[in-house]
Amino acid sequence: MDLLAKIPEGPLDRKWTQYKSTCKLVNPANKRKLEIIVVGTGLAGASAAASLAELGYHVSAFCFQDSPRRAHSIAAQGGINAAKNYQNDGDSVFRLFYDTVKGGDYRSREANVYRLAEISSSIIDQCVAQGVPFAREYGGMLSNRSFGGVQVERTFYAAGQTGQQLLLGAYAALERQVALGNVTMHARHEMMDLVIIEGRAKGIIARNLVTGALERYQGNAVLLCTGGYGNVFYLSTNAMGSNVTAAWKAHKKGAYFANPCYTQIHPTCIPVSGDHQSKLTLMSESLRNDGRIWVPKQKGDNRAPAAIPPEERDYYLERRYPAFGNLVPRDVASRAAKERCDEGFGVGNSKQAVFLDFADAIERFGRTVAHQQQETGADQDRILGMGREVMKEKYGNLFEMYEKITGEDPYYTPMRIFPAVHYTMGGLWVDYELMTTITGLYALGECNFSDHGANRLGASALMQGLGDGYFVIPYTLGNYLAGEIRSPAYPLTHPAFEQSEQEVRSQLDRLMGVRGKYTVDHFHKALGRIMWEKCGMSRKENRLREAISEIKSLREQFWKEVRIPGIRDSFNPELEKGGRVADFLELGELVCLDALNRNESCGGHFREEFQTEDGEARRDDDHFCYVGAWEYGESGRFEMHPEPLEFEVVHPSQRSYK
Amino acid sequence: MDLTLKVWRQKDSADAGHFETYPVQGISKDMSFLEMFDLLNEKLITEGKDPVAFDHDCREGICGMCSMYINGRAHGPMKGTTTCQLHMRHFLDGQTVVVEPWRAAAFPVVKDLVVDRSSFDRIIESGGYISVNTGNAVDANSTAVSKESADAAFAAAACIGCGACVAACINSSALLFVSAKVSHLSLLPQGYPERKTRVRSMVAQMDKEGFGSCSNTRACEAECPKEISFTNIARLNLEYLHAGLSPEGPVVYSP
Repeated sequence: MDLLAKIPEGPLDRKWTQYKSTCKLVNPANKRKLEIIVVGTGLAGASAAASLAELGYHVSAFCFQDSPRRAHSIAAQGGINAAKNYQNDGDSVFRLFYDTVKGGDYRSREANVYRLAEISSSIIDQCVAQGVPFAREYGGMLSNRSFGGVQVERTFYAAGQTGQQLLLGAYAALERQVALGNVTMHARHEMMDLVIIEGRAKGIIARNLVTGALERYQGNAVLLCTGGYGNVFYLSTNAMGSNVTAAWKAHKKGAYFANPCYTQIHPTCIPVSGDHQSKLTLMSESLRNDGRIWVPKQKGDNRAPAAIPPEERDYYLERRYPAFGNLVPRDVASRAAKERCDEGFGVGNSKQAVFLDFADAIERFGRTVAHQQQETGADQDRILGMGREVMKEKYGNLFEMYEKITGEDPYYTPMRIFPAVHYTMGGLWVDYELMTTITGLYALGECNFSDHGANRLGASALMQGLGDGYFVIPYTLGNYLAGEIRSPAYPLTHPAFEQSEQEVRSQLDRLMGVRGKYTVDHFHKALGRIMWEKCGMSRKENRLREAISEIKSLREQFWKEVRIPGIRDSFNPELEKGGRVADFLELGELVCLDALNRNESCGGHFREEFQTEDGEARRDDDHFCYVGAWEYGESGRFEMHPEPLEFEVVHPSQRSYK
Repeated sequence: MDLTLKVWRQKDSADAGHFETYPVQGISKDMSFLEMFDLLNEKLITEGKDPVAFDHDCREGICGMCSMYINGRAHGPMKGTTTCQLHMRHFLDGQTVVVEPWRAAAFPVVKDLVVDRSSFDRIIESGGYISVNTGNAVDANSTAVSKESADAAFAAAACIGCGACVAACINSSALLFVSAKVSHLSLLPQGYPERKTRVRSMVAQMDKEGFGSCSNTRACEAECPKEISFTNIARLNLEYLHAGLSPEGPVVYSP
């Protein structure tokens, strides 16, 4: 099958306007007759469900949590980008577009990224109208900060809880539509399979997680807003429940999976403390605005950080990348930290950590406040005290979180940080309209692959999730549904529903029936170790081949030795986990396969064989300037279909942050 | 370290429920309270027993899903801390720890430590929003909002909807949760037009769900993991009074 991205004709900055002016519309009376299924209620799902319901469609929304407000978008900390140029520092739609394409290491679609940059401003307007309490200046205007990979201040934020506030805004809009009867919300429900009738997505099979019952839902279109697959690494900053199941079931039914090897390892996370660890916690990238990253210049220097004088510290990001310093993009910062630790300069007990130090910023802020308050005689303690107050206002919740987890106080001692899996740029392949290779099946937000290329810049995930939901899908879905108004609502007794439900039930029975001796977590941890060690921050052909064969045998072992307690038709969290890990065990192989296929280094994908003399990623635009979209084949044979990337406006060059 | 856990076990909402005692060995002080439960469940599963069901998701203190009542306190002994962010270094070797679900008529038990908090969603449905459709918005900086108002609105909006306030309250009142949302929206100019109907419908829905009344013990504030201020309740009362006393019909904006 040829991949048709359906990018509108015309100059880049006219494409979306042109599309919106000419796409098909559905009249209000017909909208009422159309049913849309939205799976997932994070930023993408909640915003899509609310916006489509406002338009007059009826929406059935699903989430596995007990409330749509708990989707993992809530944990996003730092902020959301928009090309408002409120700071008069030279920002523009073009610059946001350019930064995003460059940050993604020239592996994203120009047209999609330009559209995202264009709608970014409207997202902020919409959120403010909903009552999202963004940070403000004393004059009452919105405040901005800067983020990695850019040289302007375009990030809007609400302390370190931006994702929470944006999600609560979208959730409130969603609940308003629930109250109006336009959305039927199904919490504690998990999508188990996609139902396809006559080549079109027409429904889903969902499992009621409280009773265990399988339920059928029909719709004229299905939207997957189910987030990323970072939990294939077991340890990640994702929530415990974040999973690939819905996307993977769709993949197995014909939706291509694009660029699965593009996984983002975030540079500033709290390091692993032991084998018991169930998840990793991010410390927002925004901290790099005010924190300086360093390791001792001398190997094995075990002095307390404060006792190491400045000249004996290696501020390696400032040294290697003077232009961007501590604000280099995430992939660059993560690799640099790994490089220092691999060389033996790591700190802390595990030596798998670097310092993120706020001492200079605390003093600088303290002096500013002293100056403002005309306290010329303030002593050092007083200045540092005032500086800590400023830090508290900017990052209070992050500092508190760090203190709770590690027992150390970052107001007085540097944080120890290490990279961790955070986001997945890969996902279901979608065209310009966000439709997958299955007609009528859409993927929004982190679930799709489209906007971030091989590396996502900070504060862009929130922008994309909300952009897809509020401003893209309301137009592009209409263009499809206009042709659906004559299509009947299939009865839930249709053989396709029958068959899908049967398949789901037999997989559940198979899982329950193994009755082996190891828990689901046992296998999940083993998979995570393979993925992290052999397909993590740095990859190499022989290790990837090993990983593939190890994953295959782990999968076999899983189906022989996993133990799911309890019964099938009941509230059974272990059974939920079992199904999700079964899918991760299949996806893991595809991630490695894609990494093996991509004989270049780009963004989050770093192949040791392909690097410059000074250890930077070396792209190969002649051979790999494409999206790798994988088709699922019988007995685990995957076939790759390339979608060539054409750059008309930005010309790919070696990314440099020096 | 080793602990003795006394955990509430309840098959489903119809079951009467009872405590079970479990010794847990080999706990690391760096574990979170939920990781300690992972350890217990791992052991129970291997022994062929039913693991303890508990709600959890983000494990970084923001999603509001975790909800354990530990030694008589919602989310345990540490101030401003969710169960998932509570670490074992705050417990003593050999200690007995009692773990129960949130107990409130409006939060029926689903299984073991898992409760049904959909009543909170229905309260938000009754008015916890600003009625603005996508695409209606004007430029974000067209309305100035004082930093003080924005900060106060944010402080109220930081509520994670976990229900600890209800669990901690002797009357199982949801007033801290409701007042946080009412405060968040009435502190902002965007929330002004609907402020009277909002407070009335949210309070009415809260009563309908079977939450109790507030008797000013401030247990909610003391136990709230996000330290949502009791002042919000005063603000809700003011809003409620204002809604009742001011004339119906068009109003003149006066922030």
